[in-house]
Amino acid sequence: MHVHTIAGLLSGMAAGQFSSAEITSDYLQRIASQDQQLNSFITVTEELALTQARAADERRARGEGLKLDGIPLAHKDIFCTQGTKTSCGSRMLDNFIPPYDATVIKALNAAGSVCLGKTNMDEFAMGSSNENSYFGPVRNPWDTDCVPGGSSGGSAAAVAAGLAVAATGTDTGGSIRQPAAFCGLTGLKPTYGRVSRLGMVAFASSLDQGGPLTRTAEDAALLLEVIAGVDPADSTSADRPVPRYSEALAQSLAGLRIGLPQEFFGSGLDAGIGSVINAALKEFEALGAQLVEINLPHANLAIPAYYVIAPAEASTNLSRFDGVRYGYRCEDPTDLEDLYTRSREEGFGDEVKRRILVGTYALSAGYYDAYYRKAQQVRRLIQSDYLNAFKEVDVIMGPTTPNPAWAIGSKESDPVSVYLEDIYTLGVNLAGLPAISVPAGLSDRKPVGLQIIGQHFDESRLLSTAHQFQLATDWHTLTPPGFGGKS
Amino acid sequence: MTVTTQDIENVATLARLRIAPTEIAEVTDRISSVLQLVDQMQAVDTGDTEPMANPLGEVQRLRADQVTESDQREAFQAIAPAAQDGLYLVPRVID
Repeated sequence: MHVHTIAGLLSGMAAGQFSSAEITSDYLQRIASQDQQLNSFITVTEELALTQARAADERRARGEGLKLDGIPLAHKDIFCTQGTKTSCGSRMLDNFIPPYDATVIKALNAAGSVCLGKTNMDEFAMGSSNENSYFGPVRNPWDTDCVPGGSSGGSAAAVAAGLAVAATGTDTGGSIRQPAAFCGLTGLKPTYGRVSRLGMVAFASSLDQGGPLTRTAEDAALLLEVIAGVDPADSTSADRPVPRYSEALAQSLAGLRIGLPQEFFGSGLDAGIGSVINAALKEFEALGAQLVEINLPHANLAIPAYYVIAPAEASTNLSRFDGVRYGYRCEDPTDLEDLYTRSREEGFGDEVKRRILVGTYALSAGYYDAYYRKAQQVRRLIQSDYLNAFKEVDVIMGPTTPNPAWAIGSKESDPVSVYLEDIYTLGVNLAGLPAISVPAGLSDRKPVGLQIIGQHFDESRLLSTAHQFQLATDWHTLTPPGFGGKS
Repeated sequence: MTVTTQDIENVATLARLRIAPTEIAEVTDRISSVLQLVDQMQAVDTGDTEPMANPLGEVQRLRADQVTESDQREAFQAIAPAAQDGLYLVPRVID
């Protein structure tokens, strides 16, 4: 079987070339034989997957096939799955079996997809390397000494290695786009509010957004049109119609105005990545697009603003983990205070504790104006830069990351140096915009991601722009040596 | 902004976290480096820019005040570390 995309699997099953049970078994076997090299899964749901696959095959045989019937997906272990452990990469939730499905999971199940398992991630989605997981680091299939990116590192590694056809992820500051870039995948962070956050363990509620990690923009469109939409149980979900993204992919690039922020092509950018991105931009020009230099004057303030707002919201969200209602509880608490404090001390890892402390500090009496209020003002300036730029251009492009995937452990002694790697992705979350990372080539045998940023709710334009690029190039078809050939 | 180990201990108490005495110096150091990073934004004149809490300018949507959920207490308490007779159990608070 050499089929690697959702679209390809759907047409193969429709033509009777193979069944969902067959491809699901194939993926489960690949997970069993290859994932010890990667550690991309926390839980493999073999029995559930085969049951769902057989049900999908029966529906298809009856002529009642659903939109994603029989498509085997992996889900980031941040999405609540009824009856299946949802750890969020943390000891705190190592024993947590959710009594309900996240809205994203419910929608994907209702569309007939198959759940292969739950993927590894940075604890509570706090990280850009997947080294902060209670379940150990994930390895990048392109170079197993390197990180896959994060926080959706397990999802990215699994799809890149052919252990799932696509996966869900979440993106608070780049956590879909950056691992997609490091692993050679297409990763879409939708507009804030486009996808329900219900049942997605909350990190920073004004920034978090779920989305797909796929091989192609076409597959991302197929998944987004299933998971997008208003949810009465998430009051921040956007009450707007969901376009048929997969039917809008043909839009031509002719006349497309592409903004190139000069701040994204400065001295901090790795030369190898810079030349891959410039070659991709030339390709867009050849396809009829027009390149326009723009400025985002406050772009460099995204890191400081993000590292106040995200920890502040996280410190509030994570106060729910108290050892009382669910999750980890310490042994033999002496009193209530000891129960709270020791459960949290033992249940949370170092990076999560650091962010809770920073957030609590920023929100504490006397510091609120200097930190939290200030960061929210800067956030508006950052968003205004983008909105001004979109008066002149249709989309904005640049590198997804300043550097390629780094060696596991090489930044351990300096967590702040990891924060700086998110310079091109954080502003998008602060501004609530949609953005997609697409494979644009290799630099030193590692994948490079091109980031395309769109206007609020303009995912159709992002997906068609990415799709047209993928029709003209084959970077998205590259597979990591050693994991490429499906059986 | 420089922070002391005392500041970090106070914040840890507010956050219901305990930091081992052997780790407090390193944690203080690391938190200080994060605060140094975020202090870059103090150089920007934000004047009377309105703070932004929601990127779409949305306000809280309210639903009609009607019962929509069924009782799921048993399902929720089945995953609690300690529950009995519909109650969550914690160490004795009042003697």
